[in-house]
Amino acid sequence: MKNREYQQIDPQALATPTPTPPPRPLPEHKPRRARRRWEVFPGKNRFYCDGRMIVARQSGVLPLTLGLILLTSGLFFIFDCPFLVKHLTSCIPAIGGVLFVFVIISLLQTSFTDPGILPRATPEEAADIEKQIDNPTGSSSSYRPPPRTKEVVINQQVVKLKYCFTCKIFRPPRTSHCSLCDNCVERFDHHCPWVGNCVGKRNYRFFYTFIVSLSFLTAFIFGCVTTHLALRSQGGNGLVFALQASPASALELVVCFFSVWSILGLSGFHTYLVATNLTTNEDIKGSWSGKSGNEDVGNPYSYNSIIKNCCSVLCGPMPPSLIDRRGFVPSDDSVQTSPVEIELPAAKNDINMCTQGTKGLLETASRSPLLTSSCPQAKPQAVLEPLPEIVPEPPKTPHKHHSHHRSKAKQSTHHTPKTSNSSPRPHHSHSSRRKDSKNRDPKFSSLR
Amino acid sequence: MATEFHNLQELRHSASLANKVFIQRDYTDGTVCKFQTKFPSELESRIERTLFEDTVKMLNNYYAEAEKIGGQSYLEGCLACLTIYLIFLCIETRYEKVLKKISRYIQEQNEKVYAPRGLLITDPIERGMRVIEISVYEDRGSSGSSSGSSTTSSGR
Repeated sequence: MKNREYQQIDPQALATPTPTPPPRPLPEHKPRRARRRWEVFPGKNRFYCDGRMIVARQSGVLPLTLGLILLTSGLFFIFDCPFLVKHLTSCIPAIGGVLFVFVIISLLQTSFTDPGILPRATPEEAADIEKQIDNPTGSSSSYRPPPRTKEVVINQQVVKLKYCFTCKIFRPPRTSHCSLCDNCVERFDHHCPWVGNCVGKRNYRFFYTFIVSLSFLTAFIFGCVTTHLALRSQGGNGLVFALQASPASALELVVCFFSVWSILGLSGFHTYLVATNLTTNEDIKGSWSGKSGNEDVGNPYSYNSIIKNCCSVLCGPMPPSLIDRRGFVPSDDSVQTSPVEIELPAAKNDINMCTQGTKGLLETASRSPLLTSSCPQAKPQAVLEPLPEIVPEPPKTPHKHHSHHRSKAKQSTHHTPKTSNSSPRPHHSHSSRRKDSKNRDPKFSSLR
Repeated sequence: MATEFHNLQELRHSASLANKVFIQRDYTDGTVCKFQTKFPSELESRIERTLFEDTVKMLNNYYAEAEKIGGQSYLEGCLACLTIYLIFLCIETRYEKVLKKISRYIQEQNEKVYAPRGLLITDPIERGMRVIEISVYEDRGSSGSSSGSSTTSSGR
């Protein structure tokens, strides 16, 4: 039956002899604009600059983070630096400037970089996995557990891979599903509301740079402002006079005083995680801490050397983005342009020609009726229906996930009050998150 | 049953998609990108086991080379850290260079080995590096439907 359906389209396909990648020349003269993949992305993310930047749908308190940093640093440069340059050294604004630049750039990179989102399975892939679950081929464990898990032995450790019902894949090791972003993220660390994005494999080094440079910056500003006020209050004038002379310093002092402890604590915590090659998620869940008295449990991903762990986490090769944001959506969801951010040259286009092959031809065939027909809405459906395999119904996917979104919306609304309630002071939430790790367990365990 | 395709153009014009075989990831070495070399039963009648295993092993070698943590990656990482990672916007990382090599290799393998046998390998990067997708094509000739059904029956 499928073969006959393909035969319906092929005669038209033969009329178009040149199988160039179809969507590129089309947007100029077809009535409906070809959409980019980011516009039909199933996760809860927002995209800017035509798909070049990706951020979580809930920006969280990213504007607050940016605002606080800009405000405090601005006040420092305007009110404290002139005095300190006059009385001490002009290195102070230079050092402050370097740290400020580090903080802002690493913050923006953390927020706008794809954290390592795994694209959802194509329908054929999902069907293949379902088949394997129903008929285990023997690569899974010897017994068949009712929940969908698969066991793998990594470094003499048994690791359970869970099946993600939203993404329809078995999650690779260290991958977790973020309910706020509705994506599976590789090497999932945590979802950071301050940064407005998940922290995962691809942006962990940006995040680490951000918190380390921010702790230096806050400590530096705190020290400089204290010195400034101390110098002003010398000569018998007193602290009150100093504060009156420079009121902005009071505000900076308050912000920095409360920030520096939590940020320094967070940096220390993440330095420990980097040195032991752990993620926040694993640390909080206690995956490798030998719970239930099992002495043999250890982190199978650790290189058992602090230096090697640090180097692999921070200086390892930068993995490419696996989601294709800027490629065009054809009438079906088949293979398209490369997902890496830098455009590849002709070699990739050749691949498009070769691997797309029949699919590309079928796309051009489905498009040509769109060009000539007067009612484009009717034709695509007629064309799409006979292709159940190739077309994974992009218009339907949002509907399919609506139910997921609805159930998750409840969870996410549940979460956002929690995060905002837990942060009476802006920067305290991190330390409170660490200290109240037991209370936070329900939150993180919901991050399937 | 063995339908001979001479090149990719002929594959395009006269073939129809019969089945897709997925080669899953092998996580026994951790999170490094590595695919299982187990020969799937659906391809038994289509391609020799050694050819298939060579392709997968070569791909595994390429990915291992991309993800290798050694002198060059440390240098790249430290340099990137000093420039606040802005250097990633300007130069092509080693990983991306190896991905290009992989694309070329897959294209070459498709042209020389797989298309003549009615198969087509999809670059894993287009499937989120989760699977190697091998599309199995059947000749859409007069024996189209019958050979399609025979493939599906032999696939089980």
